[in-house]
Amino acid sequence: MKENYDVIVVGGGPVGSTAARLAAEGGVKVLMLEKDREIGVPVRCGEAVGEKGISKIVKLKEEWIANHIKGLRLVAPDGTKIKIHHEDVGFILDRKRFDYDLAMNAANSGVEVVTKAYVCGLLMENGTVTGVKVQQLGRQYDIRSKIVIGADGVESRVGRWAGLKTNLKLKDVETCAQMTATNINIDQNYCDFYFSSDIAPGGYLWVFPKNQNTANIGLGLSGDKAQNKSPLAYLNDFMKSNFPDASVLTTVAGGVPVAPYNENIVCNGLMLVGDAAHQSNPISGGGIVLGMLAAQIAGRISAEAVKENKVSEQRLSKYVKEWEKVGGSNHRRAYRLKESVAKLTDNDLNKTAAAIQKKPADKHTVVNIFKAALIKQPKLIPDVFKIFLG
Amino acid sequence: MIKIKKDLCDFCGTCVSVCPDDAIELSEARLIINDKKCTDCLRCVKVCPFEVLEAGS
Repeated sequence: MKENYDVIVVGGGPVGSTAARLAAEGGVKVLMLEKDREIGVPVRCGEAVGEKGISKIVKLKEEWIANHIKGLRLVAPDGTKIKIHHEDVGFILDRKRFDYDLAMNAANSGVEVVTKAYVCGLLMENGTVTGVKVQQLGRQYDIRSKIVIGADGVESRVGRWAGLKTNLKLKDVETCAQMTATNINIDQNYCDFYFSSDIAPGGYLWVFPKNQNTANIGLGLSGDKAQNKSPLAYLNDFMKSNFPDASVLTTVAGGVPVAPYNENIVCNGLMLVGDAAHQSNPISGGGIVLGMLAAQIAGRISAEAVKENKVSEQRLSKYVKEWEKVGGSNHRRAYRLKESVAKLTDNDLNKTAAAIQKKPADKHTVVNIFKAALIKQPKLIPDVFKIFLG
Repeated sequence: MIKIKKDLCDFCGTCVSVCPDDAIELSEARLIINDKKCTDCLRCVKVCPFEVLEAGS
């Protein structure tokens, strides 16, 4: 590490690596700091991505893909299983390889990457962020920069230190537990989603197959519904009744923002991206593609701003404006849908499943399911169309 | 005062995400709650995925 950089990126996930690479490709000097000992570990993620979304951002390598998914199935509280007719099939990533390679690509584009580097504060001068305080291997350093990009995840503190209120309301975070389990009887072609207040109140449980007998099995509960029973306790119950003979290879905890669209993500000398900026989809919790899209914009604009020597909030808000065009309206619609779906009871969900089952298989689409579920709230149907059909 | 059962913690940061007081410090394998900043709102206790945190006396 040197004393001075143009751009410092805090966080070495896929969003941080993308922002850092784009900044470096824009011709400026970039440092990326990761608090953990290794890029890509631990994997706090179900690892599922849609093909259409991810292909827009990166040329996928076969070694990043653990499994190709042919379809999705939804399981209602009463056990009714609906196979979704869905065009955007996807992949289960190997996030360890994916994150690692993205960081390597960033490094190969000129980014200096440092691990075990814990950012514990910001340097500020006259209301402008001018660098970070970082602890690395027992020593503390002040490192200066023209712009800091906070890609420090759901637990982001970088924004708060600069005065941006990024803490989440309980109902706007999904609290999650996940196991990667093997020796289980699954169909590796399908991602399964279980909806039930007994299994995952205010969220869902996922079974995302990594191969023919291994899957990421996890669940998220709405943060305001986890008080009496934790995600881990819910997951243990599900495993006991559904996969009693599983061997568990990893167990992780995690939080996912399912929050309103956040426009306060820049200030003088600072930009936030990814989960730190609440850029994950409030309905699905998916954040890889959205975060990386935002990171491409933030990285490019950070380099432009440095070269113009203008790092004011006003200059950096060009990123906010561009991001608004890409993700703003869809995020707002998805949040409105989330708020309505959160009110559905198990009985509503069972009725929805029954109504869909009566339709022919090619009508079992996500749009039709939301239409059936929101039958009492027809005002939201246009939102459904716009989110899922573009 | 929030009590931390350190052996259970996965260092995921969900508690940090809901803390309104910026009272929680999380690094790779260390979780510290700053009692001077903490206002005992208990949001962290409510969201912890692994039941690491509990309200102390």
